[in-house]
Amino acid sequence: MSTATAQKKGFGATLWDYLTTVDHKKIAILYLVAGGIFFLAGGLEAMLIRIQLAVPDNDFVSAGLYNQLITMHGTTMIFLAAMPLIFALMNIAVPLQIGARDVAFPFLNSLGFWLFFFGGVLLNVSWFTGGAPDAGWTAYAPLSTTSPGHGVDYYVMGLQISGAGTLIGGINFLVTIVNMRAPGMTYMRMPLFTWTAFVTSVLILFAFPALTVGLFLMMFDRMFGANFFDPQMGGNHVIWEHLFWIFGHPEVYILVLPIFGLFSDIISTFSKKRLFGYSAMVFAVVLIGFLGFMVWAHHMFTTGLGPVANSIFAIATMAIAVPTGIKIFNWIFTMWGGSIRMTTPMLWTVAFIPSFTLGGFGGVMLAAAAADYQYHDTYFVVAHFHYVIVGGVVFGVFAGLHYWWPKFFGTMLSEKLGKLAFWPFFVGFHLTFFIQHFLGLMGMPRRYWKFLPNQDLDLGNLVSTIGAFLMAIGAVIFLINVIVTSVKGEKVSGDPWDGRTLEWSIPSPPPFYNFTQTPLVRGLDPLWIEKRQGNGKMTPAEPLGDIHMPNNSFIPFVMSLGLFIAGFGFIYQVDDKNWLIVGIAGMLITLGSMFVRSVKDDLGYHIHKEDLEKGAGSE
Amino acid sequence: MSSDQLQRLKPGQSPHEPEKATLEGKNKFLGFWFFLGGETVLFASLFGTYLALNGPESNTSGPGPAELFGLELVFIMTVILLTSSLTSVYAIYHMKNLDFGKMQLWLGITVALGLTFLGLEIYEFYEYIMHEEHTFTSDAFGSAFYALVGFHGGHVLFGLLWIVTLMVRNSKRGLNLYNAPKYYIASLYWHFIDVVWVFIFTVVYLMGKLGG
Amino acid sequence: MAKNTNSTSYEFYKQKNKEEMKYQLITFALMIIFTLVAFGMVIAEYNPMFTIPVIILLACVQVGFQLYYFMHMSHKGHGLPALFLYSGIFVALLTVLAMVTIVWW
Repeated sequence: MSTATAQKKGFGATLWDYLTTVDHKKIAILYLVAGGIFFLAGGLEAMLIRIQLAVPDNDFVSAGLYNQLITMHGTTMIFLAAMPLIFALMNIAVPLQIGARDVAFPFLNSLGFWLFFFGGVLLNVSWFTGGAPDAGWTAYAPLSTTSPGHGVDYYVMGLQISGAGTLIGGINFLVTIVNMRAPGMTYMRMPLFTWTAFVTSVLILFAFPALTVGLFLMMFDRMFGANFFDPQMGGNHVIWEHLFWIFGHPEVYILVLPIFGLFSDIISTFSKKRLFGYSAMVFAVVLIGFLGFMVWAHHMFTTGLGPVANSIFAIATMAIAVPTGIKIFNWIFTMWGGSIRMTTPMLWTVAFIPSFTLGGFGGVMLAAAAADYQYHDTYFVVAHFHYVIVGGVVFGVFAGLHYWWPKFFGTMLSEKLGKLAFWPFFVGFHLTFFIQHFLGLMGMPRRYWKFLPNQDLDLGNLVSTIGAFLMAIGAVIFLINVIVTSVKGEKVSGDPWDGRTLEWSIPSPPPFYNFTQTPLVRGLDPLWIEKRQGNGKMTPAEPLGDIHMPNNSFIPFVMSLGLFIAGFGFIYQVDDKNWLIVGIAGMLITLGSMFVRSVKDDLGYHIHKEDLEKGAGSE
Repeated sequence: MSSDQLQRLKPGQSPHEPEKATLEGKNKFLGFWFFLGGETVLFASLFGTYLALNGPESNTSGPGPAELFGLELVFIMTVILLTSSLTSVYAIYHMKNLDFGKMQLWLGITVALGLTFLGLEIYEFYEYIMHEEHTFTSDAFGSAFYALVGFHGGHVLFGLLWIVTLMVRNSKRGLNLYNAPKYYIASLYWHFIDVVWVFIFTVVYLMGKLGG
Repeated sequence: MAKNTNSTSYEFYKQKNKEEMKYQLITFALMIIFTLVAFGMVIAEYNPMFTIPVIILLACVQVGFQLYYFMHMSHKGHGLPALFLYSGIFVALLTVLAMVTIVWW
């Protein structure tokens, strides 16, 4: 397993390898591929929405299909595209940045991926079985509890399964960062990306259980006759709104914080400067994470919570602008006086700062509870959250992929094509969403299937659609870049960007055991310190010795498959109780695999010192 | 390192905290505590839902909390679960002394108490459903009650299956560095179930009886 | 963690564990007493405005016992578990607070 067998492998063997892998770098690739495919699906849905809204009174898609499109666009992009792409980046970079050979729970890492994957597939199966969910990505009751058909049932089961995967992934990263750091890698020497991955994992840990409960209640209401959200039976649909947003608001920080971290690393690398105000940056991240739990009701200002509650949540929301402002200024100060290289990752980063800041302005405007009564449920809100999610997360994912592509695949994405993809996407993004602020202020409500002519909305919507096409062109150029790069297959060195952190001290792609010898960390930006004060290489913290590695396992796949099957059983037992057998069978598969996992010893194996000396295992 | 982990630990030797003697053990220990932090939010969401839906406006049919709950049964259940928490402390006490036989014995007692608790809970639910017209679907109060207490019951069941699996799997080979962390976190889980129950009997049953 | 294979250290820890077990038993006795008091107060039908805060307080103390004694959170090496548990409790309190105050209006 350790040596030359890894060389020429057939397709079947490679597939089996990926189905059973517990290697965080391969899991990162799985997250990247699956998240990428879902991103394309969500993008396609977005294009259909924009085509429908290109001209007034359009009949390109029917009203029902339009509802499904907006619901699935939002759900897919948040849960099935942004989350896994961020997990891809966290998986590839975090263990390398802290000098670890592996994550704390390789098995759970793999389980997290497969749960997410099967949840996402389950959600998208709904397109082919009589209609996707159509109650908006927020699935507010009673719209969602009374929505006919099985669309919302798929939403509930799909998100429940993939949410469990995310929670598991979060715990894995927490323990990895706490327990697996190399000698000398103290908390205050961790790269900012690792710090933000840590805080994001904390948010996952405390936010996802609220969604789990919310989805359970929704499932009980829709499929098992419970009355949580039915006012006639004494229920209260505001409970759903609270549970959803207690999860949902931290969720947006879960998405954006790692991106803040990777931008910090990128700015520092390409300005050839130590990050300005490192400790303030760490403090700001932790503060954002903390405040992120006390603001959820700003999504519900018009629900009627009363002026006291609204004021409290408005003030807490505005307070978040302070740590975010600290970060914006620190990024600018890092660049100030640095020797800046405008590479593709840096280009996305520089574009991010003003774009995200605009999103933040919109956010502070929305945080004013009294004014929110005007903005609520209009395109102003749509513009705001696309500015933070596209201008933040999507820009960040593009930057991160260009930056860490060598660590994923050992090749470099073309700089020329990278910049060529950037410009249409950047221009298209602002064209699409800037004007939506004004459409919103003019009163155009979100989620409406069509608008009427001659209400001053025609031009703005057309411009927005043109922008969306430009974004699509940018995304396609990026895909071409990926294909061209993989076909060429030009291998690069371990440190193509002249990096500062530990991931650049090892080959690209790294061997599966990452570090032959665990490095000794002497300070912040450890590799840079060695480049300036040492011989440019990390000093090993241990003599060459045997390396302990975990075994591959097929159990995570089977465990997730069981829940996937059970999902269908629970959805269709509403029509026919016989389907409960399928539900129980699926649960038994899952519990059975947990049982097997529990009773079978899994001790892993060793790569021997002699094999390491021969330079083995470098796939 | 790895196959040493399967060596049997005997009284009079080796590390005093076998559950944290290996890196895997330390990871499990920390990861499980973090998980319990998340579980806190999970149960808080259920408690919150219950507290929002236990008023007269949610009790559209059947009896309300004050008429429904009988304190004798709940008191017995509480004492049983508290005792099972103590017996699992004894089990871990013997684990730290590397006395496998006694650990298994005390875990066995824990399981027996847990099963009794679960049996009483099922009896309680049966009474409510059959004789009191208080069901999961009767009104929002019913839904919220069964969701909260049932979730706890589900945790008890899972904990029992987990502990029994561990006991049976390791009955022949005894305690080692590989399974010690597993026993330890299973006992943490069991205590956490007890923590949740302390709030359930206070918030659901006692406060329900007071009509508050 | 160094492997102390000599038996004197084993005896030392065994003694230590035994002393700790005494505290566990005291803890258990207190928990049973608290439970009795809580049930007793409800059965005695004191004013709920008085009883409710007291029984919630008793529950919190019991949970503290469970965490610090039964779950060994008082031992060293439990800094992070405590931090995460209290963070969870913080989010939990916010959630419950919202549910009892601003769901019905």
